[in-house]
Amino acid sequence: MEPKKCSNDKATQEMLKHAYEAGVETAWDRFAQQEPQCGFGKLGICCRNCSMGPCRIDPFGDGPQAGICGATADTIAARNLVRMVAGGAAAHSDHGRDIAHTFKMAVESEQCDYMIKDELKLREVAARYGIKVEGRETKEIAGDLADAVLAEFGKQEGTLISAAAYPPPARQKVWKKLGVTPRSIDREIVEIMHRTHIGVGSDYKNLVKQGLRACLADGWGGSLIATELSDILFGGPQPIQFGSNLGVLDAKQVNIIVHGHEPTLSDIIVAVSQEPELVKMAKDKGAEGINLAGMCCTATEILMRHGIPVAGNFLQQELAIMTGVVDLMAVDVQCIMPALGSLCGCFHTKLITTSPKCKIAGAEHIEFHEDRAVETARQIIKIAIENFANRKGKVQIPKVTERGIAGFTTENIFYHLGGRFRASYRPLNDNIINGRIRGAAGVVGCNNPKQVHDYGHITMIKELIKNDVLVVSTGCSAIAAAKEGLMRPEAAAKYCGQGLAEVCETVGIPPVLHVGSCVDNSRILTTLANVVAEGGLGEDISDLPVAGAAPEWMSEKAVSIGMYFVASGVYTVVAEPLPILGAPNLTRYITDEIEKDVGGKWAFERDPIKAAGMMLEHIEKKRDALGINVEKERKLYDMEDRRTLSVE
Amino acid sequence: MSKIIASAAIRGAHKIVKQAEEILSRAIEEKGKDCPVAFPNTGYYIPIIYSMTARAVEKLSDFEDVMREEIKPLLPKLVEDELWTPYLGPTLDAGMATLFAEEIIEACKYIIGPNPVDGIWLGAADDMILRERGIQFVDGTAPGFAAIAGAAPDVETAVEIARKLQERCLYVFMSAHRNGTTFAEQLAEGGVQLGWETRLVPFGREITSAIYALGFASRAALSFGGVKAGDFRRNLLYNKNRIFAFVMALGEVTDEWYATAAGAINYGFPTIADSDIPEILPTGVCTYEHVVSNIPHDQIVEKAIEVRGLKIKVAHVDIPVAHSPAFEGERIRKDEMHCEFGGQRTPAFEWLRMLDIGKVEDGKITVEGPDADSLEAGGKMPLAILVEVAGRKMQPDFEPVLERQVHTFMNEAQGLWHMGQRDISWVRISKDAFGAGFRLEHIGKLLHAMYHEQFSSIMDKVQIKIFTDEKQVLKLQEQARQVYAERDARLAGMTDEDIDTFYSCTLCQSFAPNHVCVVSPERPGLCGAYSWLDCRAAYEITPSGPNQPISKGKCIEPTIGQWDKVNAFVIKASGGGVERMSQYSMITDPMTSCGCFECIAAVLPSTGGIMIVNREFIEMTPCGMKFSTLAGTVGGGSQTPGFIGHSKHYINSKKFIAAENGIKRIVWMPTMLKEEIKDNFVKGADELGLGGQEFLDKIADETTANTEEEVLEFITKANHPVTTLEPMF
Repeated sequence: MEPKKCSNDKATQEMLKHAYEAGVETAWDRFAQQEPQCGFGKLGICCRNCSMGPCRIDPFGDGPQAGICGATADTIAARNLVRMVAGGAAAHSDHGRDIAHTFKMAVESEQCDYMIKDELKLREVAARYGIKVEGRETKEIAGDLADAVLAEFGKQEGTLISAAAYPPPARQKVWKKLGVTPRSIDREIVEIMHRTHIGVGSDYKNLVKQGLRACLADGWGGSLIATELSDILFGGPQPIQFGSNLGVLDAKQVNIIVHGHEPTLSDIIVAVSQEPELVKMAKDKGAEGINLAGMCCTATEILMRHGIPVAGNFLQQELAIMTGVVDLMAVDVQCIMPALGSLCGCFHTKLITTSPKCKIAGAEHIEFHEDRAVETARQIIKIAIENFANRKGKVQIPKVTERGIAGFTTENIFYHLGGRFRASYRPLNDNIINGRIRGAAGVVGCNNPKQVHDYGHITMIKELIKNDVLVVSTGCSAIAAAKEGLMRPEAAAKYCGQGLAEVCETVGIPPVLHVGSCVDNSRILTTLANVVAEGGLGEDISDLPVAGAAPEWMSEKAVSIGMYFVASGVYTVVAEPLPILGAPNLTRYITDEIEKDVGGKWAFERDPIKAAGMMLEHIEKKRDALGINVEKERKLYDMEDRRTLSVE
Repeated sequence: MSKIIASAAIRGAHKIVKQAEEILSRAIEEKGKDCPVAFPNTGYYIPIIYSMTARAVEKLSDFEDVMREEIKPLLPKLVEDELWTPYLGPTLDAGMATLFAEEIIEACKYIIGPNPVDGIWLGAADDMILRERGIQFVDGTAPGFAAIAGAAPDVETAVEIARKLQERCLYVFMSAHRNGTTFAEQLAEGGVQLGWETRLVPFGREITSAIYALGFASRAALSFGGVKAGDFRRNLLYNKNRIFAFVMALGEVTDEWYATAAGAINYGFPTIADSDIPEILPTGVCTYEHVVSNIPHDQIVEKAIEVRGLKIKVAHVDIPVAHSPAFEGERIRKDEMHCEFGGQRTPAFEWLRMLDIGKVEDGKITVEGPDADSLEAGGKMPLAILVEVAGRKMQPDFEPVLERQVHTFMNEAQGLWHMGQRDISWVRISKDAFGAGFRLEHIGKLLHAMYHEQFSSIMDKVQIKIFTDEKQVLKLQEQARQVYAERDARLAGMTDEDIDTFYSCTLCQSFAPNHVCVVSPERPGLCGAYSWLDCRAAYEITPSGPNQPISKGKCIEPTIGQWDKVNAFVIKASGGGVERMSQYSMITDPMTSCGCFECIAAVLPSTGGIMIVNREFIEMTPCGMKFSTLAGTVGGGSQTPGFIGHSKHYINSKKFIAAENGIKRIVWMPTMLKEEIKDNFVKGADELGLGGQEFLDKIADETTANTEEEVLEFITKANHPVTTLEPMF
């Protein structure tokens, strides 16, 4: 297999070459072994939800057109699709729940390794949840917030508080009219499992409707809770420099990679990893120090807050082990390849699983308990130090690194556009209205060996910024952009159209803003709500000249994310089509008719340039509708005009 | 923010802060930590620091707190050469830190020198100037200001730029030097008159003196905008959306200039530079571009106005000199004068009368008698200006209101000076204006143009007759004097009971949103500028404007002066903020105040009476507050029983706090106020049987009493009639 056909990333190419030479198997090899992949699965028309089946629909129309129970292609594909939403929403929301439990523990326990680091945000979030903040102690407010947030997961009456507190009023009306306002986080997921059980719902639109409700409970619920509480507990990120790619590993130091999605353990590992005692221990073992790096979204959580380098994105996790210098990889949950277990058997790397939800054959399990966080973190670091001496074989670190700026949030955008005294989204809205920025795009999502690794992300992003579209990014997409240097502020002059370059130069930002991990896609939602609230760009998110994309998506979480963007009014383009193409009515609904219901819709396009073109077209369509594509004369103000201007 | 600009501004901020630390420690060393610190005669402490942080700096040690707790936390790290973090927010913060530090520097200079007031340099504007000049930003006669840093390449260019700014009614605030000279010194060298009167204000030679301009802006928001100290956001947005100011950087822009300009951008004031510096074109913090550079001097004024987003209506007046409100305060000294009229040297008067429409030929201007060119430089001659107007909406009652405009219109011509009114007028034409071809017919032309410009809704035709022949002038003057006397009689006799319509004035609502003035014949507007007749005329001129007729309706209570329809109007016009309003009481539902009042009346409880202080009196008053502090209590559109803002004229009205026994309650007034209102006051006191001058002498002033106790002692000794009255509460 030709490395350049597998990945766009130089470090990855180098490591793949090395892997082939060494006969080490990677995801790309296993992908090849899987081909040809099952056509029924790809088209979404295979059902094994009961033991009368498995049933499958003949996509050519010659064979069976219904399962044993009578489920059609549309029914089967819709059930499968919303079950993917359930999987994704469950992953994000369970992550949110764990953070909420940690938060509650931090509030209630006197001796705890966690504490409230962002009081301002605590008060802001609590106020949104309807909790009285004026004149109250932090602890009291936090206690109420913890209870309110935890109640959101399982409450039996009403709708999510956050679904009324964060989105623009016009958006809430859309949901109410359609009947998809989420009621509680767990309930919507459970109801998907119920509705897709044998003999329940078969109407594809009604099934999708529940998918919409569940994904909204993720984006504006579980994910949002994860983001908000993580900021309160670990500190709201601020713009910060970070390094990326496998070159951040250092042969002379003890290398520890934290991988997965949650910040609870990793943040503590960051805090203790440079303790003098541990550093001395490492030095005693012949290392120069302790080098911490991340992988996937766990990396993102600690790079957003501490500037800890990221060694790579999803498809690089095996390659990191192959460098021969990773003394320990600690994993929590999500996107951790089971292949790591056997791979670590071939190298000296210790693979440590830490979550009771995620045990991997071949890994050592050190269960992480929030009430003993520091102790566990130290224990893990010590294992890594001990393991330094066990290094064997050739060291193969690609000398490829890039640096960038991360740490942008819904909240700090205010500051960075106006300073402490004039904090505002106004400059953003203004420059969208005047056309310097045509619009904004969220480019997010995973890696997928079906696409050339990173190529989709980078090509699409470059095309967008060249056309003056500001890009925000999360997760593995953000890591791809960072590795390409697109998160350097210098990239603005190099890659952007003139208008976007001017704005980036004015604010001092890169053209691609790193807003965090995959639960932090909720930051994109809340940012869009703020843009609407700032005014001048319509009343609803669906009025905004924005689009979303996941050019290399693969996980169920990505389906939930894509769906909640669509349900929030955002046009969303993904490369690999959703597994529904065998269901013509469902496909037509998801990619077209749904726009009438929620203002957003899905589109599938594998070519990232074409996909970017579709996004640009959509953005211009929205600009036209807003009437901001008409060249306006500069308004000059006389005293009468000025008296009408607000000074609030 | 361009990276180059951000880097320079943050560097500059560090330099200025260091400079502030040095001068502060020197000041403390010389004078001690407790040494009082203040700008002269202001109730706004050190105004930018006060308005942004609500910190009332009173002594040097307070500056140490400001330095540690405000400035240092705002001061960002320098911008990195590569892989920089966002700098727009930090640069704006650095700008504000710079302004705070510059205030420390300038305030310390007042203590340990060099004194900011030196030669042409004026330093801080006191509150009297703020009120007098700030009001022009409120009513729109001054749309904003140009804060000029540096100097033009030569004197001619400086004079040209200043003239263009003046023509557009803008104030010009000057600071900083370039190549050893300053814009202000260039103007002085060019023979241009500097000072608040001509709107050309030299603050200081250093860039740090720019804080006087920005401090003025901040105080305007506090004083006229009802903005609270510490509400920085509203203060800055008020400036962005009301006071259209900009920075004009002339010459090489130093780090310190950048830092100061960054401070100004917080206010929404952009920078327009003549030098080739980077530009910041994206919008957002300012209304349009933030920095525009490399503008040729002959286009810089137009460009600045465009960048700031300012629309200025300049009436075209076909005369050989410039015409703008900015020239209103220009003086013409004897040796600069070509000729003069009136001023007790020759007979001179002006008279506006309405005629039947058929008797007025619009635009007709006649000059009978010799013109100005018949005189040698320094000469004088009589002058009669007869303005004859006609229009379907014109009424005789508008005559005096419109006649008073002659003063303003004439003064606004460059090189023409006017004082007084009626038959005590005094006019001078400067040598420069005469040299430029200004003759008497141009007085007619400018009056014709300006009456049409401003009063076209009530007058259709205007003709002007000018006479200089002494016999003719004297003959006409007799006629005019008869008319003046008739007018006075009519106005003096007019009472609130005579008419059934009052007028509102909500001109200041964009600044004090709840405030409504109710103007009646016997209670003129609290600013002193609007009588009932003025309001009526203003309503006729602009029917949808801030002066609306209020039908009185049924009288609820005659003593305090409440009418049902007036109350209904006030509820609506105050947005529900004020439910009831008394025309004649300062205790029961008193009228609100915007901030423009000429005087404040305040109860002195132990005396059973009230004190009145006028704006010009800057010393401490017996109630324990200076005018400026009192103004903060009274203004802003809220009802404060026991306190009212009012005009000087109202004191001599029979309805002056009639519910509380009127002038009998007055126990203290500054001597200057006593002197000013004396004639009518004595007459009024006589009519009330209080014994004219004798009663005035029973009222304490700053020479006899400075505290409430001293006032009580004084009036008891003087046997002031207030002692016989029931208590006010």
